[in-house]
Amino acid sequence: MTALINVPGRAKRGEIVEIKALISHPMETGFRPGANGSIIPRNIIDTLRCTYNGAEIFRMTMTPAIAANPFVSFFTTATESGTIAFAWTGDNGFAAEESAQITVE
Amino acid sequence: MIPALLGLLLLALPAQAQTRQSGYADMGPELRAMQDDDAANPAMLWVREGELLWRMPEGATGKSCADCHGDIKTMAGVAARYPAFSAALNRPVTLAQRINLSRRENQQAAELAPESRELLALTAAIARPSRGQAIAPPDDARLRPFRAAGAALFTQRQGQLNLSCANCHEDNAGRKLAGVTVPQAHPTAYPLYRLEWQSVGSLQRRLRNCLIGTRAEPYAYDAPEYVALELFLMQRAAGMKVETPGVRP
Repeated sequence: MTALINVPGRAKRGEIVEIKALISHPMETGFRPGANGSIIPRNIIDTLRCTYNGAEIFRMTMTPAIAANPFVSFFTTATESGTIAFAWTGDNGFAAEESAQITVE
Repeated sequence: MIPALLGLLLLALPAQAQTRQSGYADMGPELRAMQDDDAANPAMLWVREGELLWRMPEGATGKSCADCHGDIKTMAGVAARYPAFSAALNRPVTLAQRINLSRRENQQAAELAPESRELLALTAAIARPSRGQAIAPPDDARLRPFRAAGAALFTQRQGQLNLSCANCHEDNAGRKLAGVTVPQAHPTAYPLYRLEWQSVGSLQRRLRNCLIGTRAEPYAYDAPEYVALELFLMQRAAGMKVETPGVRP
């Protein structure tokens, strides 16, 4: 699974920065019939968690109504240098992680 | 009264009077921003995957694309000139077909299925360095009959609705079809991410869409008709900028 995250590499202390995360995932709703007429089983990401130096700053519960390859963007305050880490979990034991470094001056 | 008259005049103007523009210009600001921002453009997921595949050894020779071609950035300009003539096959090939040719000949690997995720990813990754370059179809005499065949197909009525490509994309480009602006059909951004598909797709998939829309029988993937149409459309879009990987609604 490919994930693309965008965190500014450098920021001033107290600055509000935008964080973006995009992940490759089919987000199969569980309501669609497949080619043979039977329902394709649900396969979605249900949770996205984002931590900043271990502390949770953002959590999102995803539903079947969210399109494939979910893109999420939000803002946070740059408080200290460190790691911003993303973890996606979902159906069929889906788990993906990605992290980026931010330097706060 | 005068604005109404002006409106009527505008409707009566033939589409040829318009300047050429990419489907990008027909989109709203949100979708344009999505295409322009690599962190938000979902097609970049395919590009990243393609860049990994580029460096992955494949086939009996155990060589990766990078072993012969070097960095993928050296592919800049390639997408701007394809389809090109393949002397080995004695016919024009699209960029995706060229990738499969190289897999077969140079890597001795199995060909990737048309429209498969891997092939779309590799095509998008190879086309990405050409972004911003002007489309420059080769002036190769061997391509001319195929391009002419594409031009003939473009104006040939077909399907139950008895429409040709030109009926919509030349005669009525810029007007509305079911609330959507009919684009001028310049293939500047393929392979591209279409929100309707929730995936990246090739120009052939898009052409297939149009054929189904006119209730014509779509050609099989990689049919010579698609290659001929792509040759003609790229010539028609010559000089416009490559936008790969694009985003369309």
